[in-house]
Amino acid sequence: MSDRLAVRKTYKLYLGGAFPRSESGRTYEVTDAKGHFLANAARASRKDARDAVVAARGAVATWSGATAYNRGQVLYRVAEVMEGRAAQIAEEVAAGEGLSATRARAAVDAAIDRWVWYAGWTDKLAAVLGSSNPVAGPYFGFSLPEPTGVVAVLAPQRSSLLGLVSVLGPVLAGGNTAVVVTSKERPLPAVTLGEVLATSDVPGGVVNLLTGDAAEIGPWLAEHADVDGIDLAGASGPLAMELERSAAGTVKRVLRAPAEEPDWTADPGLARMTPFLETKSVWHPMGW
Amino acid sequence: MTAIPARPALFEYAPAAESRSIVALRPRYGLFVDGEFTEGTGTPLKTLNPATEEVLAEVSTGSDADVDRAVRAARRAFTRVWGPMRPADRGKYLFRIARLLQERAREFAVLETLDNGKPIRESRDVDVPLAAAHFFYHAGWADKLVHAGLGPAPRPLGVAGQVIPWNFPLLMLAWKIAPALATGNTVVLKPAETTPLTALLFAEVCQQADLPPGVVNIVTGAGDTGRAVVAHPDVDKVAFTGSTEVGQSIARAVAGTHKRLTLELGGKAANIVFDDAPIDQAVEGIVRGIFFNQGHVCCAGSRLLVQESVHDEVVASLQRRIGTLRVGDPLDKNTDLGAVNSHSQLARIRELVAVGEAEGATCWQPEGELPGRGYWFKPTVFTDVSPAHRIARDEVFGPVLSVLTFRTPDEAVAKANNTTYGLSAGVWSEKGSRILSITSKLRAGVVWANTFNELDPTSPFGGYKQSGYGREGGRQGLAAYLQGDNQ
Repeated sequence: MSDRLAVRKTYKLYLGGAFPRSESGRTYEVTDAKGHFLANAARASRKDARDAVVAARGAVATWSGATAYNRGQVLYRVAEVMEGRAAQIAEEVAAGEGLSATRARAAVDAAIDRWVWYAGWTDKLAAVLGSSNPVAGPYFGFSLPEPTGVVAVLAPQRSSLLGLVSVLGPVLAGGNTAVVVTSKERPLPAVTLGEVLATSDVPGGVVNLLTGDAAEIGPWLAEHADVDGIDLAGASGPLAMELERSAAGTVKRVLRAPAEEPDWTADPGLARMTPFLETKSVWHPMGW
Repeated sequence: MTAIPARPALFEYAPAAESRSIVALRPRYGLFVDGEFTEGTGTPLKTLNPATEEVLAEVSTGSDADVDRAVRAARRAFTRVWGPMRPADRGKYLFRIARLLQERAREFAVLETLDNGKPIRESRDVDVPLAAAHFFYHAGWADKLVHAGLGPAPRPLGVAGQVIPWNFPLLMLAWKIAPALATGNTVVLKPAETTPLTALLFAEVCQQADLPPGVVNIVTGAGDTGRAVVAHPDVDKVAFTGSTEVGQSIARAVAGTHKRLTLELGGKAANIVFDDAPIDQAVEGIVRGIFFNQGHVCCAGSRLLVQESVHDEVVASLQRRIGTLRVGDPLDKNTDLGAVNSHSQLARIRELVAVGEAEGATCWQPEGELPGRGYWFKPTVFTDVSPAHRIARDEVFGPVLSVLTFRTPDEAVAKANNTTYGLSAGVWSEKGSRILSITSKLRAGVVWANTFNELDPTSPFGGYKQSGYGREGGRQGLAAYLQGDNQ
């Protein structure tokens, strides 16, 4: 054991490409699976959530306007940077989820592979979900998937990295920007993912990570008029129902959560991408 | 209110009334449950001809108990007959229905015009042919669903509860029932309270086609009946077309349940005319965009955005063209604008037009008399409209056009997208690259270029933002009625 005094880290939010503390000044204690103190994390407030929505809205034009190829490249770069930080993230997963080093590393590997999988989707969605429409008239009709816009993501509470990546990846691959409320009790892998995103080529505001309580922040996001969709993965029971009801007031796209947190290692298919994609049908004239 | 002097009519038209003798109206109609017409236990309603205020028939309405009976019939049919049926046979039933709609097209068109008030020209040339086309299109899908890109074994959801509006009664029925049946679901459909008759005539077609009892159930009634359909615990899927306000309440009602939901709600579409557009063609499109079906169209082009340099030319040409529109007897084959569907809708149109004048926009209507009885509103154009005016923000759902201007393409896009709605939009330009660039920036589910209000069963239809979610039509529309790997 070295007698060097460790440099401890202050865990902050990732918002608009920067790392602010919560404007509320609040923090909360994060412990490992056995209850030992790990860190103080920022406890995001309503105001932080609203700031995050502003940042996410500001990034929509850049991110949705980038070419699908470019988005794929940027997302793949995230996986590359994650791979370099895999050991650190695995330690955080092991501590938070109470996993052995081997199983934690397997979860990190699966998360990186999941990210790569979604990175590869950006320039295939139009071919798979779009169509040429043989309308009965002198028009070239076609339909294309387009991003919904700003999506609030309540990340899974148990699976702190693979679960997080499994809900964030599809939102980004479709061209949306995201405001994520992380797992409340296991936020550290998300904090590190924020650092990964900041040091990749993801434009600021595309992903905003709020550590804190989905039950506290979720309602503000569910009713926010500038949020277009909400993924309820991290909410359950009465909270999920309350948020879905609240989201109805602005006709948000809602991705419901199953009663039990699913096995995130399963093949995800398109099921988490399609809820946050709109279909636009265009009628283009034909003639001499 | 200013009016330009009426020009002498270009042509005088002798009345050319379509005969209503093809329709055999019954004095009373019941519900259609489990393959049979039956009395509902709710308070009966009277359905009117909005062009004359004549009572067409008394229609019984569905109580909670009637809705429950219909849902149980639909469940039985799903479990025992329609679900297990060979997909090709389901398709054949839909082909039969499509053909019967074509064979009885004139009857449907006349009945639709009587009950709704829309011009016979539209019910005959648009509503009924498109309804038949919708069944024809979806009939072909029934045995090809594994190729629809929704996973290797897509499965039906079960019983679909469907609530439809009064603006395109038969066509909306087709948009709801055809995809539901093609994908193996059974349905309980509630038509609008002011326009139940073509849905009940459709029930006869189901009998004629020997469709197994319970596959299609029609429960007439008003809001309470609709709420009962949506709230029934054994309904697996809810599909609604109507106002955003009701859509929001339906989304609240299904929150926390297993029910899947698609919503096709209101709109406030921008119709953007650039200075290089073919102006005469654009004027026809503007007229079609806002006055088709008296403007009772969720995708109506109710906000005209004209490039400033051609504003005066477009407005003058538009007013000249509107002066030639014939408003009157919906059964007359020359009629361009029929009756407003109901007294309450007429009141809403009048209210919003009064607000438009009070807020300082300039109101223009053509000269001419409206019929003395019935519900009528003249085609109306507001100029000097600012984006903050309610007539530029609220859905009027009537023949009322708001004209705004823009200078640059960026401004056009910003103004077009400055709405909580996002159902449709139009772009007029002779430049293909501009059309594609603008359409890619508009936040709307359907964008027409150099045309407007075109519909086709192969083209997915539905909204962005508060115009709803889910699509109807096309391969994408099937997803609303199936569960598969990608759902």
